[in-house]
Amino acid sequence: MPTEEQHGIKEHSDGRFGFVPVQTRSGRFKSFNVADFAPVTGREAVWKLSPVAKFTDLTAGELDGSVYPVESTPAADITVGWVDRDDSRIGTAGAPEERAAANAWSSFDQALAITVGGEEAKEITVTRAHLGSAPRGAHTIIEAKPFSQAVVILENIGDARLTENVEIILGESANLTVVTLQEWNAGAVHLANHFASIGRDARLKHIVVSLGGSIVRVNPSVRLAGPGSDTELLGLYFADAGQHLEQQVYVNHDAPNSRSRVTYKGALQGTGARTVWIGDVLIGRTAAGTDSYEQNRNLVLTEGTRADSIPNLEIETGDIKGAGHASATGRFDDEQLFYLQSRGITEDEARRLVVRGFLSEIVQQIGSKPLEDRLQAAIEAELRGTEEK
Amino acid sequence: MSVLEIKDLHVSVETDQGTKQILRGVDLTIKEGEIHAIMGPNGSGKSTLAYTIAGHPKYKVDSGSILLDGEEVTTMTVDQRARAGLFLAMQYPVEIPGVTVTNFLRTAKTAIDGEAPAIRTWIKDVRESMARLRMDKSFAERNVNEGFSGGEKKRNEILQLELLKPKFAILDETDSGLDVDALKIVSEGVNRAKENTGLGLLLITHYTRILRYITPDFVHVFVDGRIAEQGGPELADRLEDEGYDRFLTESNVG
Repeated sequence: MPTEEQHGIKEHSDGRFGFVPVQTRSGRFKSFNVADFAPVTGREAVWKLSPVAKFTDLTAGELDGSVYPVESTPAADITVGWVDRDDSRIGTAGAPEERAAANAWSSFDQALAITVGGEEAKEITVTRAHLGSAPRGAHTIIEAKPFSQAVVILENIGDARLTENVEIILGESANLTVVTLQEWNAGAVHLANHFASIGRDARLKHIVVSLGGSIVRVNPSVRLAGPGSDTELLGLYFADAGQHLEQQVYVNHDAPNSRSRVTYKGALQGTGARTVWIGDVLIGRTAAGTDSYEQNRNLVLTEGTRADSIPNLEIETGDIKGAGHASATGRFDDEQLFYLQSRGITEDEARRLVVRGFLSEIVQQIGSKPLEDRLQAAIEAELRGTEEK
Repeated sequence: MSVLEIKDLHVSVETDQGTKQILRGVDLTIKEGEIHAIMGPNGSGKSTLAYTIAGHPKYKVDSGSILLDGEEVTTMTVDQRARAGLFLAMQYPVEIPGVTVTNFLRTAKTAIDGEAPAIRTWIKDVRESMARLRMDKSFAERNVNEGFSGGEKKRNEILQLELLKPKFAILDETDSGLDVDALKIVSEGVNRAKENTGLGLLLITHYTRILRYITPDFVHVFVDGRIAEQGGPELADRLEDEGYDRFLTESNVG
């Protein structure tokens, strides 16, 4: 594993008075070692919208890094197993930029490796249901070998106090869909960083679905490393009363003719429902011919919610096809309800109609019919659950 | 034969300055197939009457009643009223994010009829109604009223009127903000709906312009929360010439 000295980044880590703010997204401090990060204050760019006081055990405490029970559905040409820390793939897709991620990195005993081979299309669901409520650190590798294709569904249910890193590595021309589904129990806290590296002409579709849990923060960073690489980053979240759902998305165009689309949509319902979306796109000097667009849409269903939506676009070359961003947060209000009801539609049905219509744009792109159906049902359950409260 | 009866209706709203009484004893009976125009100056309570019939939560019925074929409407929820056969074409239809016109129309039709419409005839009905209202096919896939111009929103209201087939429709200032071509298209739609279903119409308007294209059987002049005068279509002509001054000096000044 490279050390911080090799990265030439040691000087940034001490927070002295000579501190220079990071000017570009790619210039942020990175380290695999938790001790290189100062204690989290909540003022850091990466933490300032998160309730950091509620998970100091994950940013500063000792973590259980042992292996845990995993269930997976059978799939040809996909292996699921535990590998040692010296596995050559570890550390190749990215490095922690904050303390919780580094804490996980420093703590895990073995990494869960999901390795996709073969050229035929296939689907696998990997379920974690027994993580327990003690603070835990974990590491996962998802590797798609060259020319392979698969849909990998990571299903997260039950209790958790988890900080983890997920590395997603796509070989040349691989076509991989990763769906990470957070349907945790009500009290769960989950901090995840996904690091993806996409090879030449490979394509990653990455979908974050966060519905259950108390605090769920899933931050995907994708490096379009090979020429002609392509990524579609989708997100769907539904925050109920008191829930904090966050996603910081980072797309790094680091090769010519790469393409990215980021679309995150969220609904908020109930007092204290909180969502955060930050979308950073960096188009580097080498990324001529980039085609990029990111957007976030939020639908506010009741009073007392808060949605933060922050798109950032950084362009270092003028020779691109396109780069755009959009953000909008709209309300479903009493006048809209009146309008729908005045056409005979009941209040419950009106609410469902609006939310379903809004979120289905994401659901429909998942590419697994059983999962799409299940998510529609989960969204319906969210709506019913909050009506009962 | 269906009949909508409004009896001694008193309605108030809560404002920052306290409770404000708006309707002060409205009596009005509309039978199936009749067209009633309600005219009056701004602030006379015309729109309040429209929204009270539809059941908007902002308006409080203090006394009186609204009966649809003898059934009390004021105790019904908004959607129950619509299912009972009432329809309000709104002056300012709101945008509904995430819901396409197609999805919305089908959901509303299913709610009103109590069962989903037969797909093939329904699609044909929608397409033909849209064509007659000169609405481009692309409207069907757009979100309800999102980015629609004023005229497009009004046409979308009349599209719903044609497809949902209510017993009684209230058109709240449907003519406002329409140029003459759009006004003709919308008026044709209303006349067509009446021919096809024989519905009763309550046409609320500030101007007499729309009455050139939709001929009322009765005209009521609304002043200060009640009907001040009623007559036939000739009353509209008189208002066109004289304006509302005559009524204002009698009851509403000072």
